[in-house]
Amino acid sequence: MMASLQLMNGLGKIIKMSNITIIKPKKVFSMEDLREVWRYKELLYFFTWRDFKVRYKQTAIGILWAIFQPFMTMVVFSVFFGGLLKVSSDGVPYPIFVYTGLLFWQFFSSALSETSGVLIANQSIITKVYFPRLILPLSSVATKFVDFAIASIILGGMMFYYGITPHIASIIVIPVLLAVTFMAAVGGGLFLAAVNVKYRDVRFILPFFIQLLLFVTPVIYPASIAGKYSWLLAFNPMMGVIQNARAVLLGTALVNWLLIGISFVACLVLLIVGTIYFKKVERYFADII
Amino acid sequence: MNKPIIEIKNIGKKYNITHQKGGYVALRDVLAGILKNPFKFAKNKAKQIVNTKTKEEFWALRGIDVEIHKGDIVGIIGHNGAGKSTLLKILTGITPPTEGEIIMRGRVASLLEVGTGFHPELTGRENIFLNGAILGMTKKEIVKKFDEIVAFSGVEQFLDTPVKYYSSGMYVRLAFSVAAHMEPDILLVDEVLAVGDAEFQKKCLGKMEEVTKSEGRTILFVSHNMSAIQQLCSKTILIEKGKVKMFGETREVITMYLEALSKNMIIPLTNRKDRTGSGHITFEEIKIKGIAGSNTYGIGDDIYVHFKIKNSYPHDATVKLALNIRTTSTEELISCDSSLNGESYVLPASSTKNVVCKIYSPPLNIGNYYLNIGILHDDQFEDRIQSVAEFSISTGTFDNRVGTNSFPVLAKFNWEIE
Repeated sequence: MMASLQLMNGLGKIIKMSNITIIKPKKVFSMEDLREVWRYKELLYFFTWRDFKVRYKQTAIGILWAIFQPFMTMVVFSVFFGGLLKVSSDGVPYPIFVYTGLLFWQFFSSALSETSGVLIANQSIITKVYFPRLILPLSSVATKFVDFAIASIILGGMMFYYGITPHIASIIVIPVLLAVTFMAAVGGGLFLAAVNVKYRDVRFILPFFIQLLLFVTPVIYPASIAGKYSWLLAFNPMMGVIQNARAVLLGTALVNWLLIGISFVACLVLLIVGTIYFKKVERYFADII
Repeated sequence: MNKPIIEIKNIGKKYNITHQKGGYVALRDVLAGILKNPFKFAKNKAKQIVNTKTKEEFWALRGIDVEIHKGDIVGIIGHNGAGKSTLLKILTGITPPTEGEIIMRGRVASLLEVGTGFHPELTGRENIFLNGAILGMTKKEIVKKFDEIVAFSGVEQFLDTPVKYYSSGMYVRLAFSVAAHMEPDILLVDEVLAVGDAEFQKKCLGKMEEVTKSEGRTILFVSHNMSAIQQLCSKTILIEKGKVKMFGETREVITMYLEALSKNMIIPLTNRKDRTGSGHITFEEIKIKGIAGSNTYGIGDDIYVHFKIKNSYPHDATVKLALNIRTTSTEELISCDSSLNGESYVLPASSTKNVVCKIYSPPLNIGNYYLNIGILHDDQFEDRIQSVAEFSISTGTFDNRVGTNSFPVLAKFNWEIE
């Protein structure tokens, strides 16, 4: 009967032994938090489904918005940066060069901003029902991932149009890059979401910060533009992601495993720090939100 | 192995007052505080770390010890701010206790609000799934119960309409239907029945009662509605100022609670602005005295309503007096209008008189009722006020039957085969 001894923490300490719940005022992070999230995976699915569904309700072109935004950005950037400013694009046509960058960038930036506000947006639920709060940020990122997947269709079309065949290593590299992006968005998002509960300043800082970050990330220009200082850009995890995505999909360069490794570790640290901070303040969400 | 299904051991919950009133803090204020006076900030921080005495503390709950056994339906009553909802929030896990421990043996579900997470843009069908998931049901369970939920709510026709177009009644019915079909061992319910029309409330109560009796479910039920508590709960906890004042048989606990309330049963009427009539003869005060001085009665009790009536005319006035009893849905059930029995009364010139209206064993069922009152002088209304006072019928039997059906009026009857 007591087959599974499960410990859940965060909102005080809630221990589950099969069907027994124990609530105590303790707060340490443990593996059981992840197990708890797993038990609530259906709710994760429903939140993602809700966000996705609601977003395109009462719109004329519905889901096409997921494609429209990156597509139009790509067109404008191609005209101004590629066409008029003649920004170098590592030997591939500028539109597909910038679109690859935008695809990953928008996944990251939209996931980050969505995640940071998710607790506030759902405060009426948070104060009325218990569920592992981690579900909410995770579902935000998942929703954005669906957008990413839809917008990828355009990339496929463009690759076909320009006759570019992705490298076979894409099968391994792209999931790794997605994992890095995911960790960066979730890690940063969890931290910001938790801060946002107490300090609403986040919602003013973040859009501005994301805008700045776009310019220090090689989205509209190749990393090579920075010359001997390009290593500086390596501190930005999204640089490793975008540069390697281009390398493997468009053949702009060889895959830089070192860069991927650095980004991976950096994002993992960010994820761990973000999660721990989130769990630390999670107990008070319902009280101060 | 007959352990209590819920053990609440020495639970306490402390709030820092600063959290309470501030809502959220702006980072700016904190930073400005640091810049203006870095030493003071450092000193305060250090003080906070060393001991927390500098903060103003407020214990919303302290030393709560309760054991609840399987199959019990336990009511939780108390004044606003006594800590009822805090206790429920701790039990649900929404907020952690500051001290103590709770052990619950069974699957727990909570219902602190109907329609938690309902999204206005989603259709009824979609919201059933979303709300079900938020309440802790699995997709499989929801699919299995879907038809039942829809049937109970009575909104079949609008299932594929976004709920933002629903009337508030439909919204509540759908939301409650989802909640009513959860299958936990322990159900924690907050004042959710305060919404919705009276008939649906009764249906919900009936459903809750039926479920507990047949499936041995344990329910904790926070409410201000004494008649609901009386009807549903075998035991009741009275919470006062964060402590358990009494835990025992519902009837005794309610009586004790109502005794404390009884002082408030005199209602002054001079400041009521929503009155009509020429205003020379007016109701000054109304007083209801039910069980232990409260506004609660048992079924079949005589109801005495006391008034102070003021005649401002410089001459005696012959008046007819009216008092109607209505239900929560504004339907008038009983009229004690002296024009009906042709009586009229004389109020002396420029005086205030005590007047009583005695209603002998009205056949009213359990529920809440309101009074509409009026004074007629020369066939003109001198004063008329709607919903002047509320009383409830909360206990008792009628003709040896327990009055728990949804009809407001009772009758003695029997069937015979001739």
